[in-house]
Amino acid sequence: MTSLLLRRLAALIPVALGVATLTFAMIHLVPGDPVVAMLGENAQPADIAGMRHELGLDRPLWRQYLTFLARLASGDLGESISMHEPVARVITQRYPATLELAGAGLVVAILVAFPLGIVAGANPGGAADLGAMGFAILGISVPHICLGPLLMIVFSLILGWLPLTGRGGLYHLILPAVTLGTAIAAIVARMLRQSLAQVIAADYMRTARGKGLSRMGAIVRHGLRNALTPVITLLGLEAGALLTGSIVTEMIFAWPGLGRLLISAIGNRDYPLVEGCVLTFSLSYVVINMITDFVYSAADPRIRIGPQ
Amino acid sequence: MIRRNPSLLAGAGIVALILIVALVGPLAVRADPLAIDLSRSLAPPGPGHWLGCDSLGRDMLARMVWGARLSVAVSISVVSFSLIAGSLIGGTAALAGGRVDGLVMRAVDIVLAFPGFLLAIALAAILGPGLVDLVLALTAMGWTGYARLVRGQVLSLREREYVQAARALGAGERRLLWRHLLPGLAGPLLVQATFGIGGIIVAEAALSFLGLGARPPAPSWGNMLEAGRQFLLVAPHLTTVPGAAIGLSVLGFNLLGDGLAQAVGHRD
Repeated sequence: MTSLLLRRLAALIPVALGVATLTFAMIHLVPGDPVVAMLGENAQPADIAGMRHELGLDRPLWRQYLTFLARLASGDLGESISMHEPVARVITQRYPATLELAGAGLVVAILVAFPLGIVAGANPGGAADLGAMGFAILGISVPHICLGPLLMIVFSLILGWLPLTGRGGLYHLILPAVTLGTAIAAIVARMLRQSLAQVIAADYMRTARGKGLSRMGAIVRHGLRNALTPVITLLGLEAGALLTGSIVTEMIFAWPGLGRLLISAIGNRDYPLVEGCVLTFSLSYVVINMITDFVYSAADPRIRIGPQ
Repeated sequence: MIRRNPSLLAGAGIVALILIVALVGPLAVRADPLAIDLSRSLAPPGPGHWLGCDSLGRDMLARMVWGARLSVAVSISVVSFSLIAGSLIGGTAALAGGRVDGLVMRAVDIVLAFPGFLLAIALAAILGPGLVDLVLALTAMGWTGYARLVRGQVLSLREREYVQAARALGAGERRLLWRHLLPGLAGPLLVQATFGIGGIIVAEAALSFLGLGARPPAPSWGNMLEAGRQFLLVAPHLTTVPGAAIGLSVLGFNLLGDGLAQAVGHRD
């Protein structure tokens, strides 16, 4: 397992490098001058040249790229133009809020998806299956920007049960987490149902029933574990949706995380901060995908990642 | 076949409704979506203004149907561009094989290492708000899926017996591609494109909601939802109406995609 971990960590480096390069390329190669964008169309040429020099944008691109990588390796993401603070420090302050929201969204997704998927997959074609899958297709179709305000109207404004916006205790977390987790719950429930419905027909399930296990007992003890591999793959893939969904969710609920920071940085044309936020989001995605690979091999020992 | 495929029927019905609203709606609804009349600010739905008015007194029905046109136009353009670019890139990689294939697929992997919507946000932020830039940003997010699908399908299809047989009979590469590979690709691509349109409708609305898409005052369901958020308590119709439209469109395209997948026997 340790060698596996080391191999996966080593494989992380080129991907992280690729992601960092793509972020750099986007900011520096895409048409549109960030300095003109920051200072406005009517800025004086002298001011533009000054700002360009200050940010090091007047140097050859390859030198800018090497400096960018060297600073990145030491955790230096530059200085935020709008907040006059190191980007790394601002991001460190905001990141826990985003992790909290994404984690809570994942918990909601799993808590909703597993019972639905198991009930539907255990009785394919039954009433419970139809109901659960009906919910799933609705859940997939209602995007965050619709579900969030709807939940706010019902649970905060009409019923007054939960706070409208902001970050605080558990109560503040419920509506954003449900907003973020519902679509993923729906997708995962569908996959679990499909996967379980296939597993139930397998010979070893009949053997387990033949040896006296109840139907539910056989599903939970033998079926679920075998049905889990595609579900874990999907959860890993949906990590991207969880991270990017948190950007929209944070805006809806005024949640003080990285997503809201990114959007306000875009509004302030604070490119070093935009670059830092995009990098943090994308590197988080890469790391989550690596963790998914691990959970795989724990859930299904048949999977061997790379030669042993 | 259709009777046994209720998803296809329901999805096609909803999608047809949305396309009709987008095409005919702006002609049928005479009100100007941009005309401001503060005396009607936040007016509730009623005769004359069937979906009420927004905070500037603009007719919501007019804004909704123009928003539908924008949403449909953007999503169909993005999916068409993504499909063409992705198919060309994926198809070239599969047919060329070897080093070209390896290089192209590594590039696809790097783009995929980025969460798609984040890529669109970053590009939209750099390109600035506006429709052309919006389409570009969303296409950058969408093409990789088609590239992977086409590459995988071409690699698998060309090993099929009927393709081998055509080759044995002396069919050239071009004939193989047009007569034998492309028809096999059409089904899976159609399914993926249908789901893709639903996904792009959401992404467009989300980008406009974040202020990175359609530039106000142009009506987009996303920026209407954003503007209505400040009036949740006094005028909930400002958020629920565009919200329902987005949800319904996505539901329609998802059902249609499910139905088509069932019909052509493919689910990616």
